[in-house]
Amino acid sequence: MTALAALLRRDLALLLGGGRRGGTVLPPLFFLAVAMLYPFAVGPDAPLLARTGGGVIWVAALLAAILPLDRLIEPDLELGMFDQWALRGIAEEWVIAVRVLAHWLAFGPLLMLAAVPASALLGIDASTLRTVELGLLAGTPGLAALGVTVAALTAGLRGGAALAGLLTIPLAVPLLVFGAGSLAPGGAGGIALTGAVSLVLLAIAPFAGGAAVRGSRQ
Amino acid sequence: MLHCRLAATDLACRRGDRVLFRGLSFALEPGQALHVAGANGVGKSSLIRLVGGLLRPFAGQIERHGAAGLVDEHPALDPHLPLARALAFWTRLDGGAAQLERLGLAGLADVPVRYLSTGQRKRAALARLLGQQARIWLLDEPLNGLDREGVELVQALTTEHCAGGGICLAASHQSFAVPGMARIELADFAP
Repeated sequence: MTALAALLRRDLALLLGGGRRGGTVLPPLFFLAVAMLYPFAVGPDAPLLARTGGGVIWVAALLAAILPLDRLIEPDLELGMFDQWALRGIAEEWVIAVRVLAHWLAFGPLLMLAAVPASALLGIDASTLRTVELGLLAGTPGLAALGVTVAALTAGLRGGAALAGLLTIPLAVPLLVFGAGSLAPGGAGGIALTGAVSLVLLAIAPFAGGAAVRGSRQ
Repeated sequence: MLHCRLAATDLACRRGDRVLFRGLSFALEPGQALHVAGANGVGKSSLIRLVGGLLRPFAGQIERHGAAGLVDEHPALDPHLPLARALAFWTRLDGGAAQLERLGLAGLADVPVRYLSTGQRKRAALARLLGQQARIWLLDEPLNGLDREGVELVQALTTEHCAGGGICLAASHQSFAVPGMARIELADFAP
C-alpha cells in the first residue's frame, strides 16, 4: 500500500504540479474555448443554444480529454520507470490503476468546474446544468480509464499521440451517447448508463493497459 | 543475511527472428559475481533483462531468489526534479536511504536531473541501486560514461556488495576488475 501511495503521489505531482508534464489547465481551457466558439459559429439564437448546449459540452469534454494522452504513459516507459517497478514486484496493473485515478483527479473535477462558466456561455439553465454535471461525474472516470488504456496501447508507436486521439474518439462514443442522451426529455436513465459504461472501462483499463506495457518490452 | 541465488539453465534468447544465444547455464551463490562479456549485439542486455524477468526466455529456466536491482541505460529518475527529490521517490518505495555522498554526488542534490552529465546520471542510477538494498545486482554496461575514478568506484562497490553476501551479474564490453569475478564470453553461446 505504501508503494501505491508513493506512486499516486508522484503521478499527481507530475499531472497536477505546475505543468511539469504539461498543462493541467490546458484541457479545461480548451473545453472553455470550444464552449465560447460555439455561439460565435451558430449565432446568438438563445433557444437553439440552450437546446444544443449540453451536447456541445459533452463533445468539448471528450475532445479535451484527448489532449493529455501522450504524456500519460510514454514518458515513464522511456525513463525505464516501468522496468524498475516490475523489478520491485509492483505489477503493471497496479501502476495503471493508480495512473487512471491520478489522471481523473487531474482533469475530471477541473472539467466539471469549467462546465459552470461554459453553461453560462451557452445559456443553459440550472436544471440542465445539474444533469450535465451529474453526467460528467459519471462519465469522466470512464474517459480517464479509456485515455490511460489507449495511451498505454499507443506508447512508443510512431505518431502515437495522433493515433491515441483517433482511437479514443470511437471508443468514447457510448459515453457520449448516454451522457448527452441524458439531457433529452425522458433521458433520465442516461446517467446510470453512462456510469455503467464508465465502470466497464474502469474494470478493463488496468488489465488492458498492463498487458500493453508488458507487451512493449518484447 | 537472507539467502539469495541466481541460476540459469540452458537459457536461450530470441529477439525478432534471430536467436542471440542458446545453451547458456550459470549459477551464482552469495558472494559471487559474473561478468558477461562480448561485442555489441551478442545479447548482453537481453540476458540482463531475461534474468530480471523483463523478457521471457525463448527456452530454458531462470531461478532467482532475492530481490534484484537493475542499472541500465535508463536512470529512471524524473528529469525535471532535483536529484535528491528524484532519488527520494525510490527511497520511499525501497525504504533505504539515499547514497549521494558515496557516489560523489553530494554537491548535486539540488540540480535537476536533466542538467546532469551522462556520467553523473550513471552515478545517480547507482545511488538508486545502493538505496534499494537488493541482494542481486543486475548491471547493464555499468561503466559507460564514467570517468576513471567512477569506474574504480563501481568496481569497489561491486566488490563490497559481493563481500557482503550479494550477487552481481554485470554485462559489459569493457574489462571489469572485481576480485574473484567469473567471466563468460556470450559469443561462445551464439547458435
